Amino acid sequence: MYTEQVMDHFMNPRNMGEIADADGIGEVGNAKCGDIMKMYIKVKDSVIVDVKFKTYGCGSAIATSSIATEMIKGHTLNEALQLSNKAVVEALGGLPAHKIHCSVLAEQAIKAALSDYYRKNGIDPEPIVGKITECDHDHCESCSED
Amino acid sequence: MDRFIYADNAATTKLSKSVLDKMMPYLTEEYGNASSLYNLGSKSKQAVESAREQVANALGAKPREIYFTSGGSEADNWAIKSAAYIGAKKGKKHIISTKFEHHAVLHTLEYLKKQGFEVTLLDVHSDGVVRVEEFIDAIREDTCLATIMYANNEIGTLQPIAEIGKICREKGILFHTDAVQAIGNVPVNVVDDNIDMLSLSAHKFHGPKGVGALYVRRGILLDNLIHGGAQEFGRRAGTENTAGIVGLGAAITDAVNNIENKTKITSEICSYIIENALKIERSRLNGHPTKRIPGTINMCFEGIEGESLLLMLDFKGISASSGSACTSGSLDPSHVLLSIGLPHEIAHGSLRLSFSEENTLDDAKYIVEQLYPIVDRLRVMSPLWEKIKQNG
Ligand SMILES: Cc1ncc(COP(=O)(O)O)c(C=O)c1O
Repeated sequence: MYTEQVMDHFMNPRNMGEIADADGIGEVGNAKCGDIMKMYIKVKDSVIVDVKFKTYGCGSAIATSSIATEMIKGHTLNEALQLSNKAVVEALGGLPAHKIHCSVLAEQAIKAALSDYYRKNGIDPEPIVGKITECDHDHCESCSED
Repeated sequence: MDRFIYADNAATTKLSKSVLDKMMPYLTEEYGNASSLYNLGSKSKQAVESAREQVANALGAKPREIYFTSGGSEADNWAIKSAAYIGAKKGKKHIISTKFEHHAVLHTLEYLKKQGFEVTLLDVHSDGVVRVEEFIDAIREDTCLATIMYANNEIGTLQPIAEIGKICREKGILFHTDAVQAIGNVPVNVVDDNIDMLSLSAHKFHGPKGVGALYVRRGILLDNLIHGGAQEFGRRAGTENTAGIVGLGAAITDAVNNIENKTKITSEICSYIIENALKIERSRLNGHPTKRIPGTINMCFEGIEGESLLLMLDFKGISASSGSACTSGSLDPSHVLLSIGLPHEIAHGSLRLSFSEENTLDDAKYIVEQLYPIVDRLRVMSPLWEKIKQNG
């Protein structure tokens, strides 16, 4: 069902953990839907010098968060903003159709961390980052109930 | 991978060697059509009829009451639709069932609702057992059918079948039970249990896939499922799956003769797992602790998600299943776990282990040994676990 890359990131997640003195923390998803992603970033001179994640969710949720951290680590804030869920899916060699929402969640988790970083620095994040969609299960009853 | 443990026998079982050996002639030399007159054909006919006798004997039924099908789903569909049509002819269009039936039953009921039937789905409470009083309360003047599963496929709980059967008989309500998970796990007797219709499937007790049977008590007129030839008493046309039917007959005979032995093995395994895996903090056993088939257990581990748990177990050579949304292929966790009142976030972290007589206590020990570090590892990764811990 999953590609080798997905299984590799799932079994050997990169950058898993927390950053105690993070400059930005973002969390998306919810327990009811079965996935939560939390991203921590450390920023120096507009470059993401460190990133860590914690994820509750299925194999692809863990794999997408793991690879997403690799794709932004050492990159500028602007580059991180450009990271799309499509790029994440490609980097993993594809995801089953019903797992694409995991990649969207990973993209949103990074954006949420960036927003938090801007907010902490007195900058309104919305014009830069846009709106964060907490959950893309627009057809998910349990999400719309909340 | 040096170890392989199959712990998903509720999904399907391994075809037994002796059953395969009995099927083999009908896949090779004995290829005659059971409807043909000459010797080769009549040998197939004899094989089909002796399998019918075997299935009947296993259930305490008569051969004339056994119809072969393509499996449990077909038997469920056929029984429920037939009973509904019988009811409709008398102006009775109300059906009683439960919230946690297999989809083969629930989706058939959904279909019938569109045809104007009314369906009451009984609550199964937090222990996964229907209450007889609530069943009685649900009965109406126009109730034509009750369809209540013998044992649940996800949590293994047994239902008060004999009691409900008795009530149905008294009230003139047809009683169907999906016994797919019960056969070979607990003794089932259609007479003692007052069952009018019963579904079973060979692949759940070491028989082949794609073959099952429907028991229909003499005198109940089944609707014609497939029009055509005269097979299955003219109710289901099509040249018989001789090898499959022979396999079903052999497998059910072995299965019912082996219940005691299987129970001994699987209860030891399950007791060990229940006792040891549930020492993991914030874990629970789903469903009634004793009213259950001996070989199926369903547990939840808070703060983790079922699919990632299964992937890690698979990596250690353990095949199991879960009712999480990710594994159910939908956005919601399994309807069975929700029906016993589990919140979504806990249902997502479920694990079903189901054993057969081919498993050993050693398997149980290995599973528990692997479970601890895997649950730990997923919890370390989980922001939800962090929250659970913070909130105490
Ligand atoms: C309770 C129950 N009913 C029906 C079925 C369907 O049986 P089959 O796969 O033979 O159609 C299953 C098995 O998946 C089951 O567990």
